[in-house]
Amino acid sequence: MSIHSAELVHEHGASIPTFAKVWFTLLALTGGEVFLAYEQVPTLIMLTVLIGLSVIKAALIIAYFMHMKFERLSLFLTLFPMLIFCVVLMLIFLGDALRLPGMRPGA
Amino acid sequence: MSSQVSAVASTSLWEGGGSPYRTNSKKFGMWLFIISDSLTFSAMLFAYTYCRVSNPDWPKPFHFSPSIIFSSVMTFCLLTSSLTMVMAVHAMNRGRRKAAGLWILGTMAGGAGFVVLHLNEWMNLINNEHVTPFQNPWGVPLFGGTFFALTGLHMTHVIIGLIYLAIVCQAVVRGKFKAEDVEVAGLYWHFVDLVWMFIFPLVYLMSAKI
Repeated sequence: MSIHSAELVHEHGASIPTFAKVWFTLLALTGGEVFLAYEQVPTLIMLTVLIGLSVIKAALIIAYFMHMKFERLSLFLTLFPMLIFCVVLMLIFLGDALRLPGMRPGA
Repeated sequence: MSSQVSAVASTSLWEGGGSPYRTNSKKFGMWLFIISDSLTFSAMLFAYTYCRVSNPDWPKPFHFSPSIIFSSVMTFCLLTSSLTMVMAVHAMNRGRRKAAGLWILGTMAGGAGFVVLHLNEWMNLINNEHVTPFQNPWGVPLFGGTFFALTGLHMTHVIIGLIYLAIVCQAVVRGKFKAEDVEVAGLYWHFVDLVWMFIFPLVYLMSAKI
């Protein structure tokens, strides 16, 4: 098989308009995040919404730009559940961070 | 007949049998690297967020102009460079090497723009706000340490990505690399973009001066 035909075999995934739509969506979500930063919102709610939007953006990048949507499910299941599990384990300590300000003298 | 059977058996034996992921080893290797690097960035982002949330006196040094504007433009640069990288992979899959090289150059331009703006932002913090990795005027030394460690590690990844893309670009134009090599380089570049999608809101927007 020549190099040229090998390159053609690898063609898969979304079309250019789909990539453009994902790019616009990512830009719009970023704009939403900047807008939210200047709203008077409690820290915890702001943190939750910003992380939520970031997770959506990350999912779009992984699914479309990194082609994970078009890979085999076995690849996704090998890589991501353990990553998500480890990140969730880290988040267990976040409750401690929220409690600390209230434990200060005079708080 | 028997020679055909033995030939098939030896081929499947020595070629590793079925591919459970139906992907090449370079791509799978890059995915494993990305997952391990994700854990590094996750730990650092979590450490920054922990410090930020647990400290009500956490500094908010990022003015709308220039910090938030600059970091928003940096986000635009990285997102656009991801799109051009996708276009490079798309062109390479169709065997259009020259177009792929140009798209990779476009990606590098976005990455270079990001680095220039980021260094400018660092200089602004160091010279105007007097923030260093060890001290700052607000009496929260952890701010400088965590900020420069996190953004510095990310900027190092961007610079390494630029070098990687430069190597891939010249090889593509010379007709040396295959489409899968461009795709693997693209995976790395998208990962760098992905990490910034968390750094931008958690570091800049959470500490924007209102």
